[in-house]
Amino acid sequence: MSTQTQTAPAAASASEPRKQGGISERTRAERKLGWMLCAPAAFVMLAVTAYPIGYAIYLSLQRYDLRFPSRTHFVGLANYGTVLSSTDLWWRAFGLTVLVAAISVVIELILGMAIAMVMHRALFGRGVVRTAVLVPYGIVTVVAAYSWQYAWTPGTGYLAALLPKDSAPLTSTLPAIAIIILAEIWKTTPFMALLLLAGLSLVPNDLLNAARVDGATAWERFRNVTLPIMKPAILVALLFRTLDAFRIFDNIFILTQGAHNTRSVSILDYDQLFTALNLGVGSAMSVLIFLAVALIAFLYIKGFGAAAPGQALR
Amino acid sequence: MVRVVALAVGVALLTSSCGSGTPTASGGTPTLAWYIFPEPSGSFAAAAAECSKASNGEYNLQMHVLPAAADGQREEMVRRLAAGDTALDILGLDVTWTAEFAEAGWLAPWPDQIASQVKNGTLPTMIKTGTWNNKLYSAPFNTNTELLWYRKSLVPHPPKTWAEMLSQAKQLASQGKPHYIEIQGAQYEGFTVWFNTMVASAGGSIISPNGQTVTLGSSALSALRIMAALAHSPAADPSLSNQMEDQNRLAFESGVAAFELNYPFIYPSAKVDVPKIYKDIGWAPYPTVDPSQPSHVTIGGIDLAVSSLSRYKKQSFDAIQCLRQDKNQVRNAVKGGLPPVSEAVYKDKSFQKAYPAWKTILQGLQHASVRPLTPAYQSVSLQIAYSLSPPSTIVPQSDLPVLKQRIQDAINSKGLVP
Repeated sequence: MSTQTQTAPAAASASEPRKQGGISERTRAERKLGWMLCAPAAFVMLAVTAYPIGYAIYLSLQRYDLRFPSRTHFVGLANYGTVLSSTDLWWRAFGLTVLVAAISVVIELILGMAIAMVMHRALFGRGVVRTAVLVPYGIVTVVAAYSWQYAWTPGTGYLAALLPKDSAPLTSTLPAIAIIILAEIWKTTPFMALLLLAGLSLVPNDLLNAARVDGATAWERFRNVTLPIMKPAILVALLFRTLDAFRIFDNIFILTQGAHNTRSVSILDYDQLFTALNLGVGSAMSVLIFLAVALIAFLYIKGFGAAAPGQALR
Repeated sequence: MVRVVALAVGVALLTSSCGSGTPTASGGTPTLAWYIFPEPSGSFAAAAAECSKASNGEYNLQMHVLPAAADGQREEMVRRLAAGDTALDILGLDVTWTAEFAEAGWLAPWPDQIASQVKNGTLPTMIKTGTWNNKLYSAPFNTNTELLWYRKSLVPHPPKTWAEMLSQAKQLASQGKPHYIEIQGAQYEGFTVWFNTMVASAGGSIISPNGQTVTLGSSALSALRIMAALAHSPAADPSLSNQMEDQNRLAFESGVAAFELNYPFIYPSAKVDVPKIYKDIGWAPYPTVDPSQPSHVTIGGIDLAVSSLSRYKKQSFDAIQCLRQDKNQVRNAVKGGLPPVSEAVYKDKSFQKAYPAWKTILQGLQHASVRPLTPAYQSVSLQIAYSLSPPSTIVPQSDLPVLKQRIQDAINSKGLVP
């Protein structure tokens, strides 16, 4: 919050008596009140987010294993070295996470856009269409994951029954990853569609009609009119979903428990923290996941440039 | 918390005033929180009620049910103990958790005098599972062991060794008869149990008794060779690499198998599910690896320990001793299907009637082996299952050095767990 942005409203109210620095008495009082009003919220936010993050960073610099409390000591960045040098566990899990996130988000974007169009254009039964589309998103992820798991388990599953006899798709790597991605897409496409629908409703009909008069085809109207206007909505949808997809945990936890090389970084981290009780290494991994998530957010905002939220409103 | 205590005291006052007439004491009767896995038959609850009554106002036992899965049980207790929760008094621990909990400082050691009472008459291998750094931390509560179950109509002479069993299965396969050997091959802790049994039966061990160094050697090689031989023989169930105890039971009940290595729960289960096969089931000691010595099957079960944060340690030790009484062990075994830890109970007539295989079970328990005793057991087990399962991929000579290194790292809590 720089003084420049603050002076703008102050300059507008020119009748106010001025003090040094160009800030009026009233503005100063308002700013003070503003701080006081948001202080409790800021404090709570700090307590519930900044403190755990800070503590995780502190733990990540320690050799800290609950099973061996007497061996706790400061080790600097050694835990990060341990994690980053583990090609067969960390980097494999990282690769898998990126793969699952990328594939599911791309498919969700395409499907979500199609569904948003349908919801936007639906002439009759609009409410029914929207409700039906949202059902998967309304189901608790763990419950949905269990039903996928049963469906793909030989003996209990109707989907497994469609496959050749004795095939258990959740017990080998590639089919299991495909099922995880499928479960993700099924679950969160409605969320994507909903966000995109909000964007679609921003596109003025006049503009589309004008383009039509100018002889633009449906594809050209979509590419050159709808998409540019929707850019901020698409960014928000992609950002939310990519961050979510990168932290994927519950689907995998239920479907495979991370067996058969289907561990995401979050599952691997859970194993370090809760199974091995190795808080040092586990915290280092948590911090790395946090950094990866921050990087994804940064790249999106950079990549979309002027279309980033906030900027687009100018 | 205050309200809970007040309520408990109130209830205690109420019951004692309208009960048998223990006039005083009740005002100070502490309620002991006993955290234990969900026991469906109600034998634990019955024992808890009886012990509370018999304590004459010394304590009131209240059962708190942990999640059904072992990982969930451990996670709940670890999370609360690590956070310094004083509301846990008595902990129901799997046989592999004592070292971990004790080293972390969460368990109160048993005072010498009552420790020797616990040791007296209890299966020595179970005592080992409750001991860490030469101190008794957990008192054995119930135990379990795997036997060889087979189809009498297919196998007239049960095999004594693994080699015999594999050749009998091969022969049955060539005759087109049911021939699978059902065993736990999935990548989970049950696989570690199988490996531990094989190494111990070959005369070796996975790590040293003090939990410091890996001791896998030639015995591990013979163990791995047999495990790989099974995986590549016609005796292997096609879904070996996904099988846990319950899948083994179901496969055996479906009639495709001639042999099954599993816990005694499969016997009453077959009686209900498949009476025809039930009549055909025979049992024998677990096959040996080294014919010159009996097999050393991995022991299982539950131990009871007192939390170091408990405010009522003395009462908790007393309560555990009451819960462990022979008559409670008989009930747990007969009603709940949990084999006893007290050798005297094996002479009990009602127990023998409920467990026709009791002699074989007792014999197995007397030669049993323990899983690696180390605070890092969870990591060790993950490394073993991760390195060796699926069993069809085992290459004994080249797998062994890798496995040794990984287990040593796990013991030292170095690196990541898979």
